Amino acid sequence: MPTRVLMEGSHAIAEAAIQAGCRFYAGYPITPSTEILEYMSHRLPQVGGVCMNAESEIEAINMVWGAAGCGVRAMIASTGQGISLMQESLAELANAQLPCVVVNMMRGQGDYYQATRGGGHGDYRHIVLAPSTVQEAVDLVMLAFHLADKWRNPVDVLGDFILGHTSEAVEFKPLDERDLPPKTWAATGARNRASHNVTPLGAPQKLNLNPGDHYAAIAAKYPEIARAERRVESGLLDDAELVVVAFGSPARFVKYAIRVCRERGMKVGWVRPISLWPFPDETVREATGRARLVAVFEQNAGQMIDDVRLAILGGVPVVPIGGISHDHSGFGVGPALEPAHIVARITEAYQGKAAA
Amino acid sequence: MSTPLKKVSAKPELLLSTQHHLCPGCGEPLAMRTILEIITELGMRDRTICVCGIGCYTAFPGIIDVDVLQALHGRAPSVATGAKRVLPDRFVFTLQGDGDMVSEGLQEIVHSAARAEKFTAVLLNNGVFGETGGHMTTTSVLGQRTKTTMDTGRVAEKHGYPIKIADLLAQVDGAVYVARGAMHTPSAIAWTRRILTEAFRAQLEGKGFSFVEILTMCPTDWYVEPSETPDWIEQNFTGTYPLKILKAPA
Repeated sequence: MPTRVLMEGSHAIAEAAIQAGCRFYAGYPITPSTEILEYMSHRLPQVGGVCMNAESEIEAINMVWGAAGCGVRAMIASTGQGISLMQESLAELANAQLPCVVVNMMRGQGDYYQATRGGGHGDYRHIVLAPSTVQEAVDLVMLAFHLADKWRNPVDVLGDFILGHTSEAVEFKPLDERDLPPKTWAATGARNRASHNVTPLGAPQKLNLNPGDHYAAIAAKYPEIARAERRVESGLLDDAELVVVAFGSPARFVKYAIRVCRERGMKVGWVRPISLWPFPDETVREATGRARLVAVFEQNAGQMIDDVRLAILGGVPVVPIGGISHDHSGFGVGPALEPAHIVARITEAYQGKAAA
Repeated sequence: MSTPLKKVSAKPELLLSTQHHLCPGCGEPLAMRTILEIITELGMRDRTICVCGIGCYTAFPGIIDVDVLQALHGRAPSVATGAKRVLPDRFVFTLQGDGDMVSEGLQEIVHSAARAEKFTAVLLNNGVFGETGGHMTTTSVLGQRTKTTMDTGRVAEKHGYPIKIADLLAQVDGAVYVARGAMHTPSAIAWTRRILTEAFRAQLEGKGFSFVEILTMCPTDWYVEPSETPDWIEQNFTGTYPLKILKAPA
């Protein structure tokens, strides 16, 4: 019988990382991600791991760089502001092909662009996974470590204040990871083998300085990831005249609001992208096959709506029905998440009264 | 009858190629060579991880026969922290220039020393951003002409004072071994070989953070002939940066 335990989202994310084999964590306190650092400082040493209460975000991400470069599963968590400080490293970690997991517990959903476009330089991409429940956060953290190793690329888990501070019963189900190759590329001391480099600047082989080939090989990886790793959930699309697209915690509120709208006779359905990069554009496009309108609910000034429009390519009109919404703390738990408010916005859109 | 020749110098075992694109007369290859020779002497090739910063010396990771973790500018101490913490039985040393360590990454080196991280940090100090073409760093000495202090040299009123990073780190409790050497004369190289060996041993014995600053020649950005660089160091550098052991385990 599966064992389910009641855990707060932040702690569940940390525990999922440990059960996925994470043995190094570095973090700098910042709300609403701090509870992950607290949990790690207590739990990681129990399993022989290392938790660093780093002196800055930049130092934290580069400690993760060092641990990941030695072949150890490593994670960092912060919120958008802290992630901003790490951007140079987040860009170059991809060029160094270092697997690691980056958790962003956002304040609201204002970091969609930051996560999917990246604030750093160059041609890099991170895989971005956006859970909407604590159980899904557990599952996606475990998947994130797997995908990071599989593709040798950082994977971001994009949560928020609500996810981090909601307690739910969860089950930890480690993945079968026997298909992953050993990390023969890691810097471990060249025992019984040729020495090599772990570097964002060029080839790992010695006496081989051709950064152009190296960057081209990494860039060639991204279309492959895009084909293989799209994840999405949807519902009530068969007869939907209006499709609402939402991600993360707010998508839970949207699903509830859509049930209410259905009870009131409106033909509405929903799509929830789980991977934000790669964006599930085919599913979004197909979902709008019968719809006359697509509405995007996101707790920001309008960011994911760009990807929805790119997916649909003008097939049907796309309108924003979300917006910036905070309580006085500024951490992104605002009145726009009231189900009655979301129902009203969906109804407005359904009746053709929403502004494009 | 001829006397057999005694071999007094050769390419270090851990150097894969003598081809590098640093300038003639540069001090950094001499420092790299010295480090590699000590690694061989101590039998540590198979357990060494070099964490390299960004500067002229970033030419070395491709030609040295040890594993290298390439760090971003200023970040080598944090990367080395992650590496040494997960692989505590490996020998981990960082290689940074003055621009990398003392300008861009000052807080990282100080925090790493304060945490008593058990790696060895090596500073190659020539008082200029060599790779970008010779601009002032935090360690440029007063009076030093650089691309950005060309008219007046470094003037305290305008440009502030050089940071004596070894002196600063010697004040940090977590640092157990702090010393300064140079590459400009045979005796300075012999001295530096000694202090590097002591610093490496401090790490191998798990004593704490160890640090060696090495003054390296940069004829290109000091605007002197290579043959004049030993005098340049004596006249301009060793007053501010005397060669000595600033701190050693009791």
